[in-house]
Amino acid sequence: MIEQLDELYREVILDHFKNPSHSGDLPGAHIKAEGTNPLCGDEVTFYLTIDDGRVAQARFQGKGCVISQAASSMFAGQLEGKTLNDATRLIDAMKGLMQGRDPDPSVDLGDLEALAGVRKFPVRVKCAALSWNVVEQGLQDYRAGHRS
Amino acid sequence: MTLDVKRIRRDFPILSRTVHGRPLVYLDNAATSQKPRQVIDALTRYYTQFNANIHRGIHTLAEEATAAYEAVRERTAQFIHAPSARAIVFTRNATEAINLFANAWGRKHLRSGDQILLSEMEHHSNLVPWQLLARATGASLAFLKISDDGRLRLEELDDLLTPRTKLVAITHMSNVLGTINPIERIVERAHARGALVVVDAAQSAPHLPLDVQRLGADALAFSSHKMLGPTGVGVLYAREELLETMDPFLGGGEMISDVQLTSSTWNDIPWKFEAGTPNIADVIAFGEALAYLERIGLTDIRAHERDLTAYAMKRLGEIEDLALYGPPNGAADRGGVVSFNLAGLHPHDVGTVLDAEGVAIRAGHHCAKPLMRRLGVVATARASFYLYNTKEEVDGLVEAVRAAQAFFGKPARVTSR
Repeated sequence: MIEQLDELYREVILDHFKNPSHSGDLPGAHIKAEGTNPLCGDEVTFYLTIDDGRVAQARFQGKGCVISQAASSMFAGQLEGKTLNDATRLIDAMKGLMQGRDPDPSVDLGDLEALAGVRKFPVRVKCAALSWNVVEQGLQDYRAGHRS
Repeated sequence: MTLDVKRIRRDFPILSRTVHGRPLVYLDNAATSQKPRQVIDALTRYYTQFNANIHRGIHTLAEEATAAYEAVRERTAQFIHAPSARAIVFTRNATEAINLFANAWGRKHLRSGDQILLSEMEHHSNLVPWQLLARATGASLAFLKISDDGRLRLEELDDLLTPRTKLVAITHMSNVLGTINPIERIVERAHARGALVVVDAAQSAPHLPLDVQRLGADALAFSSHKMLGPTGVGVLYAREELLETMDPFLGGGEMISDVQLTSSTWNDIPWKFEAGTPNIADVIAFGEALAYLERIGLTDIRAHERDLTAYAMKRLGEIEDLALYGPPNGAADRGGVVSFNLAGLHPHDVGTVLDAEGVAIRAGHHCAKPLMRRLGVVATARASFYLYNTKEEVDGLVEAVRAAQAFFGKPARVTSR
């Protein structure tokens, strides 16, 4: 079972938890989105600046378990530089990964690929998914605001 | 008398299973207890021998089922030393029992400006129903605070009890801190000010000898599934005079005396509060759970759990970077619930590693979010004991906690990015 734990808590995941990249807030962010896992108490807030239809900068703040915080760190890193449409494709790819589908090969998951082991721990999927669920909501609100 | 735990464990089939190849160490009893063979068999016996709807059939099966169901009401009354079975209402769980009282008593007797006194350590089930009642009636809520060692600040009780205080709702034993509250003292002072006291006994009824008359509680709620019985059965005890004044909670069959097209009259208590076909099978099996607990004896169960808790707190207390919550080890007001946190680790990560070792604990906010805020944490890990747990299992818990620390603390993992 300890081997399975290594699959859940991959080296890169523990690294991101202990030394998160992209942590902090972003004054002047165009998108600020927050969410919690009410059952566990995981909390995360994402800040994105948007420039010319792309995510220029992504930062997050939060507290919670290794999976939720490491996923946020990796996800923020992967978002930067993406167009909003590619960000949505990344979100869809992560959702698919959690459901056991092979991700779209044209989407570069980067470190996020390390989260593939989470799906063997169904109760922990929501910890990982918090980050992209929060950003998905943020993107939706942003798009709605720009249509009107 | 010490418990013959070896023998007790043989009555619980689930305790011989393995989890991830390890023997199950079940320490999540505050969430729900395991069930002995006697309870499981009672369910089968009911469904194979006398399954029938109760109180309305004139055939043999219906008579047998009714007698068995009502016998459990008598047994429940005896178990908590209620003066009469008429004071016992069966519900779905303790939560529904509290909601029943809050609605059926509260909406009739509370007015705008009245006050309900609660505490900071309440489970959501003894908090949210009162929030709803306050919203519906215009009453307000006040809170007894807790000290840093997880006890009620009783010195503030008299100031909080005002002429507007109509009701005090308080837990007998905290599901997070393990604190056993001095209900008798609270009742004495509340009654002196003319306020009723409702006791959430979900955590105490399974683990301590309970005497509602000695406590002086006006109403008290608990759940079958935390005390060896099936899920789906709760108990509301309330003084008969109160039940008599209360309006029904739910309307339907069984709770009526006569029904006209536009109005009805109510059945006698306690049936006035049991609308529709009740959970007959599980109530009958709950009777076996009560019989089991009585046979072992609540005094001995409490003594066994005190030993286990003291041992667990001592062993966990030796672990570096581990914080324990609640009253200090060995205190008389400490029940068999031990919440803890490891520095720098979320309880869910701790729980996942413990599960890999076969150790089942709870990790989260335990349906007590205001208490989590008071403690300054988002969640805790919690081990909770029952009559079938052993010191060897506590050792298993301690080893698993150390394994979790080792797993997340490997120095090689702290690398620069």
